[in-house]
Amino acid sequence: MTAAVVTGLGVAAPNGLGTEAFWKATLAGRSGLAALTRFDPAQYPSVLAGEIKGFTAEDHIPSRLMPQTDHMTRLALAATDWAIGDAGADLRQLPEYGMGVVTAASGGAVEFGQRELENLWSKGKEYVSAYQSFAWFYAVNTGQISIRHKMRGPSGVLLTEQAGGIDAIGHARRHVRKGTPLVVSGGVDAALCPWGWVPQIASGRMSTVADPDRAYLPFSADACGYVVGEGGAVVILEDAASARERGAPRVYGEVAGYAATMDPAPGTGRPAGLRRAAENAIADAGLTPGDIDVVFADAAGVPELDRTEAAAITGLFGRHGVPVTAPKTMTGRLLAGGAALDVATALLSLRDGVIPPTVNVRAPAPEHGLDLVTGGPRDTDLRSALVLARGYGGFNAALVLRRTDG
Amino acid sequence: MNRIAAGGTSQAHHRAIQRAGRDDRDPAPSRTLAHRTGSTREGPHSDWHSSARTTNPKQLGPRGNGVKTMRRVAITGLGTVAPGGNGVKEYWELLTSGRSATRTISFFDPSPFRSRVAAECDFDPVSAGLTPQEIRRLDRAAQFAVVSAREALADSGLDVSRLDPGRTGTSIGSAVGCTTSLEREYVVVSDGGRKWNVDHEYAVPELYRHFVPNTMAAEVAWVVGAEGPAAVVSTGCTSGLDAVGHAVELIREGSVDVMVAGATEAPISPITSACFDAIHATTPHNDEPDRACRPFDRTRGGLVLGEGAAVMILEEWESARARGAHIYAEIAGFAARCNAYHMTGLKPDGREMAEAIDAALQEARLAPDSIGYINAHGSGTKMNDRHETGAFKRSLGDHAYNVPISSIKSMIGHSLGAIGSLEIVACAMAIEHGVLPPTANLHEPDPELDLDYIPLTARRQRADVVLTVGSGFGGFQSAMLLTAPDVRS
Repeated sequence: MTAAVVTGLGVAAPNGLGTEAFWKATLAGRSGLAALTRFDPAQYPSVLAGEIKGFTAEDHIPSRLMPQTDHMTRLALAATDWAIGDAGADLRQLPEYGMGVVTAASGGAVEFGQRELENLWSKGKEYVSAYQSFAWFYAVNTGQISIRHKMRGPSGVLLTEQAGGIDAIGHARRHVRKGTPLVVSGGVDAALCPWGWVPQIASGRMSTVADPDRAYLPFSADACGYVVGEGGAVVILEDAASARERGAPRVYGEVAGYAATMDPAPGTGRPAGLRRAAENAIADAGLTPGDIDVVFADAAGVPELDRTEAAAITGLFGRHGVPVTAPKTMTGRLLAGGAALDVATALLSLRDGVIPPTVNVRAPAPEHGLDLVTGGPRDTDLRSALVLARGYGGFNAALVLRRTDG
Repeated sequence: MNRIAAGGTSQAHHRAIQRAGRDDRDPAPSRTLAHRTGSTREGPHSDWHSSARTTNPKQLGPRGNGVKTMRRVAITGLGTVAPGGNGVKEYWELLTSGRSATRTISFFDPSPFRSRVAAECDFDPVSAGLTPQEIRRLDRAAQFAVVSAREALADSGLDVSRLDPGRTGTSIGSAVGCTTSLEREYVVVSDGGRKWNVDHEYAVPELYRHFVPNTMAAEVAWVVGAEGPAAVVSTGCTSGLDAVGHAVELIREGSVDVMVAGATEAPISPITSACFDAIHATTPHNDEPDRACRPFDRTRGGLVLGEGAAVMILEEWESARARGAHIYAEIAGFAARCNAYHMTGLKPDGREMAEAIDAALQEARLAPDSIGYINAHGSGTKMNDRHETGAFKRSLGDHAYNVPISSIKSMIGHSLGAIGSLEIVACAMAIEHGVLPPTANLHEPDPELDLDYIPLTARRQRADVVLTVGSGFGGFQSAMLLTAPDVRS
């Protein structure tokens, strides 16, 4: 069994479009959180979001695809193009069924869906788009990427809300291990429309603070919920031998360990599953907690969820036992895109030997016992990173990434 | 007597087998069944297929052979909610009767729509055993899934208190999630579509649960106390196959020993009708609602929307055997491919579906001519019928002409993401009972389709290796092979 390695990244984030723009902003601590502009949020308790700026879909998407794609899918297609370009992959040289696509989704292409629901209910069924049958649904990004790049191999779509980015990449690794040389994976999400906003308000977890610097403060004593953003990351996962053989220009790192768990049913008194996911992923990588150099936290920003995560981390690594960071404080939580972006960020960290900061949090609440990287980036030699993610409903996922030298 | 009413007695028989333990299992349950129901062993149309009886499946290559033996996957429990009846017993009765459960849509006024028929479930959440809180919390699709999971768990005889929660996982397929609840709530918060900035004050607390349908997998996990990997698999209309295929992979790779796997869908709502109307995917045969879905028939008009759920208990083979579980079938092979062609279109050559079939056969180490029954995608569209007929010929060669093929969508409609799992259950029951469900409404075979599509009436015919396939929007093509429990032992 050869390693599954990441050879290409495509990033679309609120604080940077494209991998290097995002990474530069992230190291500089530049946040993409601001007042919503996509629609007027004045009537809602939550008014901040991480919006992607400067994305002109027409520059990236063929005109015939425009009527049949939502903003979410356009971002995903653009990020995929960038990732494939980054990987330097000549797709025509790979076997016909040798490429697959596995993406994460959460609520689908909500804005497209809202427009068609409105057409149906305000005007009548004749006004519903011929593309509605697939343009909004959860499988749309995988389907469109597969078609655009003629990827006919094993594919998939996994839904675990914010944990989805990791689960998709973990599943893509299965395909690579079973013989598919290249799999496009990750997650890109976008639900910044009123019909995407209101359900999230109903979750009770969104921050209602209007100051972008004070709204999303995971692990802080002032934690008060999270801010939602749009975007995510696409990664090119390849069989290491196959990547070497085709002369891949770079290897960001190896997907060395993966595990997912489910929390117990409410009221059972059994422990939450996040720690178990982390333990299993570290063991799956053949490592021990002492080998992990940095943890990219789920960082819900909801006090109870922060406590659970801090307990999982300190339980495994000891109090202040490992650097922990949450660069998503600069992007907001990106639903199915969030964990994928964290994976990309962690790979860039491994590449450059620097941990990006958790912004706006001056210091974590002492009760958490975390060595949270705040203030600015921390330079340090990094070999292995653990990425944690949780999805609404009790889903936990953990991914271990390892630097591959040379 | 023209029809084989197999369900009731067989289920009782099966329970008796379970109580007695696997070793006492009647090696030919269908014979016992035939005796009890008074049917003859030969079906009413045995003359159509007398040479097609499955012989010993050919296995390709040695098993084990110094290589690490692959962990195998047993189906040990079944649960369904389906049009025409709740629970596996009623489901199988419907499928073997050749009756169609399609009817004029009753859930909303269908008069504005081009297609006004669907296969609706007569499902009462209270009598299905859901608590008042579950009924409030769960979308109809999630209700189906939970009820089916409970039935499957009871059927498996698994003792939940002895399960290792961390080694038990959940995989639930769904194409459109909680769409019915979402549309209902959208209409409220938008005040009938009048407001783009929808009102959060009118949002129900459950709205986010419906918005992210992965919550359905959580609900199913809670039924059995599963704390291993859990996810909703959403690959359009192949979700029901892919979710179970995903579960099989997790057991094989050793991440888990038990999976609660299946799929659910409750899509019958105005927005679904509108979007299928817009592309003329659904049938305009509104005048004969119970003959609306006609796969492989010259007069077919398109698919008929359905709803339902099927959930299975899957166990690692050796541990299932060790606890004396009744094993319906083994899931011997699974593969998925994409056609990378069109979000909704299919090419007539069926090339990528054939590739999926070939890969599933390879994984199962079975030869194409071992296949004794194909549960077709059979959605009721001309494009599909040509596509999969092409795929079967491509993969099976001359054997394609010998294999009985049927589409149960002719009876229960197309429940999008759920149907793949409902079809796996049908295949497991076909293996269990030696009865192949028919394609209902197939009165005028399409002259361009020249395979054996089991028209109208169920066949009493043993099939030890069964193939089930699916196609989905997005270009997804999936294939799964089930084998009788004694075939590969």
